[in-house]
Amino acid sequence: MVKYSIFTIARNALTGHKNWPKQWRSPEPKATYDVIIIGGGGHGLATAYYLAKEHGVRNIAVLEKGWLGGGNTARNTTIVRSNYLWDESAAIYEKSLQLWEGLSQDINYNVMLSQRGVLNLAHSLGDVREGVRRVNANRLNGVDAEWLDAERVKDFCPIINISKSARHPVLGATLQRRGGVARHDSVAWGYARAADALGVDIIQNCEVTGIKREGGKVTGVETTRGDIAAKKIGVVAAGHSSVIAEMAGIRLPVTSHPLQALVSEPIKPVIDCVVMSGAVHVYVSQSDKGELVMGAGIDSFNSYAQRGSFHVIEHQLGACLELFPIFSRVRMMRTWGGIVDTCPDASPILSGTSVEGLYFNCGWGTGGFKATPGSGWCFAHTLANDAPHPLNAPFSLARFESGALIDEHGAAGVAH
Amino acid sequence: MLNIDCPWCGKRHETEFRYGGEAHIARPEDPAKLDDAKWAEFLFMRTNTKGYFAERWLHSHGCRRWFNVIRNTVTHEIVGSYKMGEKPPKLPKPAGGAK
Repeated sequence: MVKYSIFTIARNALTGHKNWPKQWRSPEPKATYDVIIIGGGGHGLATAYYLAKEHGVRNIAVLEKGWLGGGNTARNTTIVRSNYLWDESAAIYEKSLQLWEGLSQDINYNVMLSQRGVLNLAHSLGDVREGVRRVNANRLNGVDAEWLDAERVKDFCPIINISKSARHPVLGATLQRRGGVARHDSVAWGYARAADALGVDIIQNCEVTGIKREGGKVTGVETTRGDIAAKKIGVVAAGHSSVIAEMAGIRLPVTSHPLQALVSEPIKPVIDCVVMSGAVHVYVSQSDKGELVMGAGIDSFNSYAQRGSFHVIEHQLGACLELFPIFSRVRMMRTWGGIVDTCPDASPILSGTSVEGLYFNCGWGTGGFKATPGSGWCFAHTLANDAPHPLNAPFSLARFESGALIDEHGAAGVAH
Repeated sequence: MLNIDCPWCGKRHETEFRYGGEAHIARPEDPAKLDDAKWAEFLFMRTNTKGYFAERWLHSHGCRRWFNVIRNTVTHEIVGSYKMGEKPPKLPKPAGGAK
């Protein structure tokens, strides 16, 4: 792997930038691997990277049915934060945020993490109490959090409307200063390049069509590019987790829904933080190109279509205009949808299954992007040791039988 | 945007309805006899079909009655709706993209 640095840029400038090597290979699949990761999104690539780096497993394939950065990794609103309510969630998301903070150096790829601060607005007395409670819970868990009243929200984000006569007035907000945004496709490409350098085979245009089992144990996969044998399989297929699970005769508690987002035309810098509101259903930040990036809640119905209904967008823009009247004449440029796998308790599943050697990392629902490094790190540990790390042990499939659910609808329900 | 055919009121806009998820999940006849795994299956496990899917809708801003719809979760094509307790309509051959 060519190390990226200012000297590499200078050297390549001398040859007109015509000699940059490919960032990763496109190998033919081998007949057998120690570990196969199904799904080449951020979480899958991160899993492969940490398996190779932290656990010394080198004979790994990542199978991607499309291309890298073509799914949810490049379809989200890039928000990174760790201010979740419960101890279990705070621990895993905070691990992830800590990995984010060193990620660009670790994988020698600029993921453009911008810790610009994330506001979660409160619009009612109930919201205020819940917000203050979350700040206190975060602090007890070592997650940075502050409570701002409406005036201080206005200081932090001057374009916000804090008028008392608004339909849903801003009464305050939680602030996580270490939260922010990152560059989404850099995350996919950076992990791919770093994993490839450690010998991981990244195989694109390779759709898994079957899971081969013998005596309750996985033996490999059937794919559109032939059969591949493996001792262990990690499924990191987001919205298509249920499809893979069905191939192995497993039932999951997830349902797939479209989650839409949209961007405006590029405008001059106007908002230098991330603003989220669970009550009026919108979240906004501004990209480095100047586009306002916005999203809201999922479409209610099950879908695998990567598109949703227009009334959802109409609703979120109504909410956005109430918070930011200054946006009233901004034109929207693009909308898109991703397919998210939502869990009944709005918490993910990183778990073994009833099939030996088959592991699932799914159910991240609407908020998986922020968790990419932590999810990969924990899942790699689980695959390498055939046992979960303490950070992801609570996120097992067994919790749906034991009843030990981790209800994060407050932190994850709409806010992603 | 879906146009949903309410069996009582006819075709209406999606915003008049509320989604009820997977259809035909029968409540256990004798709940006291269920073990934890069976409860988990009833409460949480879902088929999450990619393709033709039987689902429940509530006409919440209309007649306020529940009914079932067969819809393709890849193309969003709606095959038909039927009242609670009725048999679902026959499925067409899988459309493009559906598996």
